[in-house]
Amino acid sequence: MLIARVIGDLTATRKHPSHEGQKILLVQPLELDGRPRGNPAVALDSVSAGIGDRVLLVQDGFAAMTSIGRPQSPIDMAVVGVVDLVELVDGGRSAESVPAGGLAPGSPPLRKHAKKKRTEQQSHPFERDEPPVK
Amino acid sequence: MLLARVVGTVVATRKDPRLEGFKLLIVKPVAPDGKEEQGGYLIAVDTVSAGNRELVITVAGSSARMADGCKDKPVDCVIVGIVDGVDVDKT
Amino acid sequence: MFLGRVIGRVWSTVKNPALESQRLLLVQPLGAGLQPSGKTLVCTDITGAGAGELIYWCRGRESSFPFLPQEVPTDATIVGIVDSVNLGKKAEG
Repeated sequence: MLIARVIGDLTATRKHPSHEGQKILLVQPLELDGRPRGNPAVALDSVSAGIGDRVLLVQDGFAAMTSIGRPQSPIDMAVVGVVDLVELVDGGRSAESVPAGGLAPGSPPLRKHAKKKRTEQQSHPFERDEPPVK
Repeated sequence: MLLARVVGTVVATRKDPRLEGFKLLIVKPVAPDGKEEQGGYLIAVDTVSAGNRELVITVAGSSARMADGCKDKPVDCVIVGIVDGVDVDKT
Repeated sequence: MFLGRVIGRVWSTVKNPALESQRLLLVQPLGAGLQPSGKTLVCTDITGAGAGELIYWCRGRESSFPFLPQEVPTDATIVGIVDSVNLGKKAEG
């Protein structure tokens, strides 16, 4: 999945029947710093995203078909969520469209995840104590 | 599949109901020596409770749906393992 | 899917039999601002699009779905003709 910004929508009268009844959005995939990433893309919408929203964009055909519930539909991209918050490890945070009243209960906590305990045999991936056994 | 490092989290309240309960992590592909590769990030569904800055294995494309618990979900990238170590043949 | 413009048609006599009777159109992908972006490609077509029309096309295995049960070896199919594009005010990325 990628993060993308909804920049518009299309109307298309002549199209594949499985696209009927779906909103067709024009989305711009984004880098993590908000810059455009590649060309704008056309995606079907399964979450009623609005223009200007940052969204989750799936780029696999089966995932896209599943999201709109139309098997064997010629679709390779779909919007599957509206982004409330992006939190980066280096402290970067960008929030938009946070629902009034804050995030829904049950949303994952916005703090660093607890590191798993490593056993003696499991050292840091790139700082082994002994050379690998050949 | 890719080696990648977890660099952040995405919260999305409005989303496909089949994605409820899944953590969405931002991962960046890395080379086997741990250096970040040029190129983009991915948003991946977490099935192994990975933590920030951990090195993970991600699977993308339609195979992502074969991960445990992802069978009929609209996912195209899933974290399927946490990396303990990487050996690269130096010869 | 991506936006594109039909810029021509491809004729081919010697080809995979599964592509017989398929319309093969030359498409220029469009980027930001509907400007040409990237290399042209050949698409199969289910819409009857004409030269100069603004279309959107699908990539990959899914592009063969409109032709099922016939198995057509295509990786790009025009699946819609765009009547209009509405760019909202918040168009910046």
